[in-house]
Amino acid sequence: MDPIVKSINSKRRKNEIITYGMVTAAYVILEILMKAGALSSHLTGLLVPMVYYAIVAVGLNICVGILGELSLGHAGFMCIGAFSSAVFSLIFQDSIPEVPRFILAFVIGVALSALFGFLIGIPVLRLNGDYLAIVTLAFGEIIKNLINALYLGLDSKGFHVSMKNQMALGLAPDGKMLINGAMGITGTPHDSNFTISIVVLLAALFLSQNLIRSKQGRAVMAIRDNRIAAESIGINVVRYKMIAFTISAAIAGAAGVLFSHNISTLQATSQYFGYNVSIMILVYVVLGGIGSIRGSVIAAAILYLLPELLRGLNKYRMLIYSIVLIVVMIFNWSPKARDFRDETLAKLRAKFGGKPAKEA
Amino acid sequence: MSFLTSLVNGLSLGSIYAIIALGYTMVYGIAKMLNFAHGDFIMVGCYIIFTFVSTLKIGAVPGILVAIVLCTVLGVATERIAYRPLRHAASPLAVLITAIGVSYLLENAALLIFGADTKSFTSVIGWTGIDLFGGQLHIQGVTIITILASVVILVVLQAFIHRTRNGQAMLAVAQDQGAAILMGIDVNKTISLTFAIGSGLAAVAGALLCSAYPSLTPYTGAMPGIKAFVAAVLGGIGSIPGAMIGGLVLGIIEIFARTYISSQLSDAIVFGILVIVLLVKPAGLLGKITQEKV
Repeated sequence: MDPIVKSINSKRRKNEIITYGMVTAAYVILEILMKAGALSSHLTGLLVPMVYYAIVAVGLNICVGILGELSLGHAGFMCIGAFSSAVFSLIFQDSIPEVPRFILAFVIGVALSALFGFLIGIPVLRLNGDYLAIVTLAFGEIIKNLINALYLGLDSKGFHVSMKNQMALGLAPDGKMLINGAMGITGTPHDSNFTISIVVLLAALFLSQNLIRSKQGRAVMAIRDNRIAAESIGINVVRYKMIAFTISAAIAGAAGVLFSHNISTLQATSQYFGYNVSIMILVYVVLGGIGSIRGSVIAAAILYLLPELLRGLNKYRMLIYSIVLIVVMIFNWSPKARDFRDETLAKLRAKFGGKPAKEA
Repeated sequence: MSFLTSLVNGLSLGSIYAIIALGYTMVYGIAKMLNFAHGDFIMVGCYIIFTFVSTLKIGAVPGILVAIVLCTVLGVATERIAYRPLRHAASPLAVLITAIGVSYLLENAALLIFGADTKSFTSVIGWTGIDLFGGQLHIQGVTIITILASVVILVVLQAFIHRTRNGQAMLAVAQDQGAAILMGIDVNKTISLTFAIGSGLAAVAGALLCSAYPSLTPYTGAMPGIKAFVAAVLGGIGSIPGAMIGGLVLGIIEIFARTYISSQLSDAIVFGILVIVLLVKPAGLLGKITQEKV
């Protein structure tokens, strides 16, 4: 392997180990606190959502940070993972024991959201920039609206599907209602918990960090930095974009599985699966640092827990986030602000006799 | 008659989309950015008019005028503070994410000031409308005024762009910013002017939208804003007649989908159209395809 790539990779590996260590340490501390009864039941209830939002943030960061395209539809992929796995768990609630059932439900949820990511990626990835953002938003809303209008039942004759109402299903009296339109799914078994969520988060981290370090990941980043140059050296642009987008969607779907197995009534409302949720996750990604996987996890955890802990702040939470988002974007991305920052750093270094500033 | 009623309703909704889409398409064509907060300017305009009519009891006309002025100021200020520093940023995502931040900021500021409850908006148009076919088809006053307003705005805008120096400057900046600077055009001023017109139109659209659909929340503008973007894309982004046609087509499709297919699926159908248009005719009905150069 090329020595430069090798040295970059060894640095990355060190960074990755820190990330795994951080997540594991946070898990151990929180588990001990929980066992000791130091956490209120309110706070305990927040842990699983905190982790699944961190997982979606990791997934979205692959799309935004590594692929360099803005998706506003990740809540839609979460929605697919949530509903498909919940339907599976509901059907086999009594016939398969909990552990294999959840594993199968997880596999189905992830596979279906990956499939949808792939299918949606075919048209979407032909676009870029603003168009891609708005089309992913459109797909997210389409998914949400379709599931809201979907009625699905199961009886001895098999599945019954309708887009009209419950009566149109013609379900036998012994049949089971699976998705009841806008009323959603009720009675999904509570199969996910904090430990499982952390395992999934670690798996998502492992997948995304290895992707970044791999040949495929470098190809994706080359496309991000200059698509035409990447194409000219023989990188198959469509293929690598699809890989990154599908993985990103699959990770969001995994978070959806945890979501649906953590609440008893699952509805495709805007509050949980609307584009506002996608934007909230984007806030996590941007504030954690675009392209920084560890940053996404930290930002999601802090930004999710902070307002819940500081109840008085909750009213102003979104206002503060939006201001911070704008300020961070201007300071990090404006060419003038960048020059100003670099100059100030160089001056400070010169003053205190440190090392000269590195070339960016 | 239900067909004609739907058609009239569709034209009315479509005219509102068209007015919003005009603002979108001008900003996109000239500043080359998706102003995600455009829909929220509509909401701001609505709340200003609401305050004038329902709280201060001053009246609709001064309310609309103040809303237009304040929205114009808001649009220009947003561009100056939040968008201009990022115009030459390394990543094109930077300004889009900032625009999303502005959208969030406006929605949550409105939430804090006016609360989350739905305000019932008193129509700014007193005229009840006309009856046709011996009372079988009733056309509301707001519908007629909305359609007329959109036509007047289209004509005035076309005249402004093709007949005035400032309008020509906009065309030049849209064509090539670098060359426009060499021709002595003040690009910053031109982009500010574009934002001023777009945001002023958003206030007008807000007054008409809330008169036709009289419920006002901090999120009132978000969905119409996104749909108007769909309309702008459908008509060909950057094209002013395109925005008008796109808006009307989209409004009619949405109302027909709501009446004849399913009210729940109408949004999905509207967004489905966006996807199809971008796949089949990415430049829209009246847009021009530009080739990416190295």
